[in-house]
Amino acid sequence: MSSGVDVNLENIWIKFGDFVAVREANVNIKGGDFFSFLGPSGCGKTTILRAVSGFLNPSEGRVLIGGKDMAGLGPNKRPTALIFQNLALFPLMKIWENITFSMEVAGASAVERRKRADELLDMIALPGQGDKFPSELSGGQKQRVAIARALCAEPDVLLLDEPLSALDLKLRQHMRTELREIQQRVGITFIYITHDQGEALTMSDSVAVMRAGVIDQIGDGHAVYDTPATPFVASFVGENNVFRGKVSAINGDEATITSNRSGELLSKITPTAVGKMKVGDDAMMFVRPEMLQMGEGDAKSTISAKVLNEEFEGNTYSIYLEGEGGKQIKMAMPNLGNDPHKAKGDMVSFNYNANNAVVMPAGDLASE
Amino acid sequence: MKSNILFGRIALGVYFLIFFGYLIGPLVVMGLTAFNSAAFPSITPWQCFTYEWFGELFKDERILNGIKNSFIVGFGTVILSVSIGLAASLVLTQVWAKWRSTYYTIIIAPILIPGVVIGISTLVFWRKVSDSLGGVAFMNNGLFLTILGQSTFIASYCMLVFVARLQRFDPGLTEAALDLGASHTQAFRKILLPFMRPAIASAAVLAFLASFENYNTTTFTFGSYPTLTIELSQMVRYGINPSISALAVIIVAITVFGALALEVYRRRTKLKAGEIKPAKGLPSWLYGNIATILLVLMSFTVIGMLSTAQSYSPQQCKADFREARDLETRLKIEALQAARAAALAEAAANGEATEDAGTDAPAEQGGSSGAFGGVFAPTNLEDAAGQGDGASGGAAAPASPFGNVFDPTNLEDASGTSGN
Repeated sequence: MSSGVDVNLENIWIKFGDFVAVREANVNIKGGDFFSFLGPSGCGKTTILRAVSGFLNPSEGRVLIGGKDMAGLGPNKRPTALIFQNLALFPLMKIWENITFSMEVAGASAVERRKRADELLDMIALPGQGDKFPSELSGGQKQRVAIARALCAEPDVLLLDEPLSALDLKLRQHMRTELREIQQRVGITFIYITHDQGEALTMSDSVAVMRAGVIDQIGDGHAVYDTPATPFVASFVGENNVFRGKVSAINGDEATITSNRSGELLSKITPTAVGKMKVGDDAMMFVRPEMLQMGEGDAKSTISAKVLNEEFEGNTYSIYLEGEGGKQIKMAMPNLGNDPHKAKGDMVSFNYNANNAVVMPAGDLASE
Repeated sequence: MKSNILFGRIALGVYFLIFFGYLIGPLVVMGLTAFNSAAFPSITPWQCFTYEWFGELFKDERILNGIKNSFIVGFGTVILSVSIGLAASLVLTQVWAKWRSTYYTIIIAPILIPGVVIGISTLVFWRKVSDSLGGVAFMNNGLFLTILGQSTFIASYCMLVFVARLQRFDPGLTEAALDLGASHTQAFRKILLPFMRPAIASAAVLAFLASFENYNTTTFTFGSYPTLTIELSQMVRYGINPSISALAVIIVAITVFGALALEVYRRRTKLKAGEIKPAKGLPSWLYGNIATILLVLMSFTVIGMLSTAQSYSPQQCKADFREARDLETRLKIEALQAARAAALAEAAANGEATEDAGTDAPAEQGGSSGAFGGVFAPTNLEDAAGQGDGASGGAAAPASPFGNVFDPTNLEDASGTSGN
């Protein structure tokens, strides 16, 4: 197996007529990394992937793979292999023929191909299934065949276009781990496209969050989850409670906002916005449901609300609260065996640690 | 209510009867005429069961030549129109999204243009091209023109078949092949072409059948290579015999065989896939389906017919029939003679009356027959009947009085000379 190579996108613009699908994308992917593009459907992430694999040419900018400019090279000349969203296994070919298609077009003999196919089938834990047709396999098996087929081409970069979206939840979770294992074993660069933030966070070394053709933030899972750069990232990745208001005080990397309905709230400023906010600006403060806890805390981080509903989800309780002026707030508590049950309509106070909340200039939220 | 339903069912049954009678009736009648020894295709009067028209058919140089030409044209048309149709459908579904509907209209137009127009324009166009190049022989060749003329519209049929199949093709498969390092040619040959194979097969069958039965375009372009349809139409013009029916029987049999075999194959595939269950109480090779049974029955019929044809001879029956007809004719003649004698007697009686009244006219000299130039002489009729034996039917019996105009040998001469 070849080791991973760097992939660099330099100032990529992709336009279809008047429509700008990707705007000024600058991404540096380190060799051997598992890199994800995360975003809602239609945000341009698949378009970027197609530009990397060579199915379309960027209107502006360069795609570099291993430092080499890929301009003018078709998909069959690039050291990439793509795993399609619908897998695109060849229905009229047997599994082993599917897997070794890249060898067939390169002129390898049937004996050689068969041998390689058997090796790869062992690797993906489907030994002896080579003579079946794709239609005879289950979803997860097809998934693994598609991976084997891509790996058989010995690419420097493996591109995956939402390959898990067609699988059911259990299988999806299983395949996540498996993909990650395969990636670490073969050591090549993976570029993964998904709209599922769970997939992106569990598997990736780095995540690029995209919105409407623009990359809002690039960082590892912690950075994206804990210190989102924009309201979009904050609301798209995971669940979040948003408090709108105006900045009333700034103290270094901490700010206080006067929220519209929940009073004065203190939190830290997200790193990318430090120094860019001033008193009086419209701002949004985000605090995750699991960062809230029952009880009184500091005055600037305590909110009171009425219990609307409680949902038991096994490992957690979700408690839905209604604050001042109908403000909806969600709180998540781990199930520690001590039933935190509150009656509907109870008034409760809860607080958060200001370090676990972020504030940033107001902007668009991800639409649910 | 119940009577209403019953009435509806009966009406439906009658409707189906009429409908299928309308569809299949002519074929059945034509099939039967192939086995009747009457010299003109007919089932009434039924003369003798015979296979001779099949022998006649395979002795007919022109029909055999027509079949040969039809096959050459058919294969040429299949190759040309399948490739044109495939190319056209690929362009339609994969390129030029903007111009798709315009392109579709243009490519489909030949189906809407009358075949006659296509025939004439093919002829005129290639003559012009040939002339402008100083007379290129092959451009005026009947086979060349017929294949091109027919392919003009048959390619459109093929394209429709391909488009239907291509719409189910996932372009992602081609992309996947390219991504795995295949060239565009390899992706086409290894991915798209295998996917299109069933459609190519059905388009080829369709093209061949359309070419085989084509008349109106071919009639302008065939030159010195008349196809079967052209030959048949010419035969109808110059006189027809049941060997045409024999040909029809063969064609129908092949068609039904093909259809049944296909059905058997499809049922077997379905059975293997578990979509249907085999019927109980039947041997497994039959797979309990009606198509297999029919196919087997038909095979037996054909084998039976072929083997009996070796030994069966309708000569005895024909002789009997001839005898019976002669007898019938003789009876007719006798009846006629009797009637005539009666009329004669009456006339004689009248004559006698006048003779009695008038001069010494020679009444016994020749009777009144002399006045009609011997036309009604009984011996005349006997001769005519004798000659009529070789002719097609009893209608020829009173022929000779009309100066041999209806003599069957006349016709034979006529067709003989015109045929050469």
